[in-house]
Amino acid sequence: MSDDIVREFLVESNENLDLLDRELITLERDPGNRETLSSIFRTIHTIKGTCGFLAFPKLESVAHAGENFLSLLRDGVLAFSPESATALLRMVDAIRHMLHSIETTGNEGERDDSALIETLRRLQKGESEAQKKSTQEPHAEKPASQGKENETPAAKQQQAEGQLGQAVKLLGNILVEQGMATPEEVAGAIQKQLEGDTRTLGEILIDRGVVKSQDVVAAVQVQQAAKSAARETSIRVDVTRLDNLMNLVGELVLARNQIVQFANITQNTGLAASSQRLNLISTELQEEVMKTRMQPIGNIWSRFPRMARDLAMSCGKQVRIEMEGKEIELDKTIIEAIKDPLTHLVRNALDHGIETPQKRIAAGKSAEGLLRLRAYHEGGQVNIELTDDGAGLDEGQIRKRAVQRRLITLQHAAHMTEREVANLVFLPGFSTAEAVTTVSGRGVGLDVVKTNIERIGGTVDLQTETGGGTTVKMKIPLTLAIIPALLITSGSARFAIPKVSLIELVRIAAENVRKSIEKVHGAPVYRLRGQLLPLVYLNKELQLERGEPPTQAAKSQETARTEPEINIIVLQAEGEPFGLVVDQVNDTEEIVVKPLGRQLKSVGVFAGATILGDGELALILNVRGLAQRAGLIGGERKVRHRDSGCEVIEEPAGNRKNALLIFQSGNGGRMAMELSLVARLEEIARENVEKAGEREVVQYRGQILPLIHVSDVLENGKKQQHAASLDGPLQVVVCKEEGCAFGLVVDKVLDIVEEAVLLEQPAKRAGVRGTAVIQRKVTDLLDLKELVRLGALAEARGR
Amino acid sequence: MDKKKQFCTFCLGERLCGIPVEEVQEVLQEQAITRVPLAPAAVRGLINLRGKIVTVIDLQKRLGLDEENLTASGVNLVVRHGESTVSFLVSSVGDVVDVEKESFEELPETLRGESPKTLVVGVYKLPNGLMHVLDAQRGAQIEEANARELRD
Repeated sequence: MSDDIVREFLVESNENLDLLDRELITLERDPGNRETLSSIFRTIHTIKGTCGFLAFPKLESVAHAGENFLSLLRDGVLAFSPESATALLRMVDAIRHMLHSIETTGNEGERDDSALIETLRRLQKGESEAQKKSTQEPHAEKPASQGKENETPAAKQQQAEGQLGQAVKLLGNILVEQGMATPEEVAGAIQKQLEGDTRTLGEILIDRGVVKSQDVVAAVQVQQAAKSAARETSIRVDVTRLDNLMNLVGELVLARNQIVQFANITQNTGLAASSQRLNLISTELQEEVMKTRMQPIGNIWSRFPRMARDLAMSCGKQVRIEMEGKEIELDKTIIEAIKDPLTHLVRNALDHGIETPQKRIAAGKSAEGLLRLRAYHEGGQVNIELTDDGAGLDEGQIRKRAVQRRLITLQHAAHMTEREVANLVFLPGFSTAEAVTTVSGRGVGLDVVKTNIERIGGTVDLQTETGGGTTVKMKIPLTLAIIPALLITSGSARFAIPKVSLIELVRIAAENVRKSIEKVHGAPVYRLRGQLLPLVYLNKELQLERGEPPTQAAKSQETARTEPEINIIVLQAEGEPFGLVVDQVNDTEEIVVKPLGRQLKSVGVFAGATILGDGELALILNVRGLAQRAGLIGGERKVRHRDSGCEVIEEPAGNRKNALLIFQSGNGGRMAMELSLVARLEEIARENVEKAGEREVVQYRGQILPLIHVSDVLENGKKQQHAASLDGPLQVVVCKEEGCAFGLVVDKVLDIVEEAVLLEQPAKRAGVRGTAVIQRKVTDLLDLKELVRLGALAEARGR
Repeated sequence: MDKKKQFCTFCLGERLCGIPVEEVQEVLQEQAITRVPLAPAAVRGLINLRGKIVTVIDLQKRLGLDEENLTASGVNLVVRHGESTVSFLVSSVGDVVDVEKESFEELPETLRGESPKTLVVGVYKLPNGLMHVLDAQRGAQIEEANARELRD
């Protein structure tokens, strides 16, 4: 027996089993669906036939028992019940188990399935004793048996041809479409067949003089062509072969880039024209090959209905799964990568999200829970949504738990929006094995889900409504192998930056550099539309200048002190924007990502390498790693929620460094606030302060900026004498909170420091998060949100 | 070990070294090496080997031979390392030699330094000198700790 045949049998059967799983679930919902039933029957029949041929007796006996039972169901002798579904699913499992054993050991294994066979027999007999004769009915090739006299031959024909695929049309339809016969004439001929005429449809029509014989021959040819097309639309290809093909195409793309560059230099029209053609063809080829690796997401979804059924049964719940966008395609590697996270989420939703029927009814919902999977394209990415209509997450519980587990401070917890709270479940360490409540159990391993999705360049977001269900939304890139990237030069080396992390490019003309780049305590920043953008110099970060032969680019950087022009690439790492200063911005190109050797894993700032058009290598920057290296995002976790700009800081902070603005406010008190909350520092002349109601405001950059006197607010709204600064201009810290800007009036800005903050004492006053020792001096840490709230309160009172 | 073994010989500065010939995939003349910033000191950079990115390890640095005059460029000895390939940068590549098992000797106790001890397996006494047998697989393993140590 040839191994190839066995292997082919295994692959085919495994696919068929997945199909069976799906179809049995469909059938369970819709027991009257004869089409599905016939399809199930055919699949089992194929498996049985092949394993008889390949001499797998045990497998055959299980499949045979199933087939016998199914034939009765199909013929309508027995009714399909949940019990039959369970038995048939068990049969599928048994077959799958044996196939696995054949795959690994070469034989069917020691499994004993007599109990299962007995169950199938009992089901078969239990209800069919009365119609014993029908059990004798042969069950194989004949597509139709009893109870079908009323079916038309056309239906018969359709049934038979249905096996060849829907693409095959009926002869009658073809003739009608070609205008050779009217529908009535065809119907008449079919009627004739029904009355016992054994001739074919074509013959009847020819005899009646409706059509000429050559027309029928032509129509039959059309039909045959469709049949063979239906048979051969797909072939099996080894995955490694596709991978090789992909690599080769990658190489071709590189060679093409080289030729295109060469053609541009030589300016030979003939060469230019052919290189243009080569360019087009290879682009198309690349797309096509990419498509061969694409798989519909339905491939991984297809196992969810079965999983959901089993899980729901085991915990006494009722769940229905709805899917939308099964046909959305993703690269095979991505499909593989999201398989486990998705399974995890579905399991989670069933386990913890959807309630028991009793609870659901009590809450006024239908007893059956709904789990919706939805996939759709958006902005070059695929969005996958998983929605359940279950209990949702209990925000209070999450808050409590996150504080308990020291993931956030109590103060922070109090200020977080619902959305922010919901996303806390993705923090590592949020969940533990000891499930205190159903809610706390919900976070099990969700951080792993997040990490896995982020690893392939995706994002995860969670929204929940207590009592109303949970939605997890994922954004996933289409492919990983070839990515669009921006090429830049720094030092004498070229680097590629994946476009995903790119926000915008800013070029500062030489004459503006001096005033545009400012320093915050030595750290360079750039004001981008009023926001301070921390700058990272790639040369410095990668230690590029040293030991490098000064090339053109490097030289211009050297003489830069006087008249440089600066290229800032605005990037985003973990939602945190920063500017990367590079020597030159070159071009954008589709690059093929190649992995780096293990020896370079520890470097961390490179995601891989690529071969450029001229055959040279360029390293691909890992934006996240770079930001981490530059200290912009901590190794300790600092979560910034994109929507609100508020940060959640993990509390076990002991050694976490934070950039802080230190200022003096009210009676020489030292206070500090996070620099990340500060937009600008301004001096505002007193005469510019205007009144809007009780509120002090200034006109600032064409907007009205409300002012908050920090000391006033903190001292319970009492108006204080600002003795120190009565005559000088106001020192204003411009902040943004929840989208609106306002100015904090302080006595004096003292310093900006980067220090680990350890809150020594909890807050004693409202608006203060606590007290810490910063620069060996006791300093109060400002709670911005609270301050704003208090400010608004004080204002209301004043009115 | 068989009675006879074949080694691919090469020089590191003045030193004659060898690795079993079956581990060598190919020898490349001088290649354009792309430097990798922040990489461990022993990693010279990357080369493009027919579309595959291969890490180049400076074997002299790897062995801690910094003080001896280093070759600015050299020959690439491409070696399979598990699933991947690495390239060792050496001064020059010599012949493939057959050696007798009897001529093998362990390292003398007087040898100093950590890298030579782990990377050099022993020496073969050849007519034209002593051939240091290198453990290519260990040579290709540059651990994180090792990288830090070499950089400092």
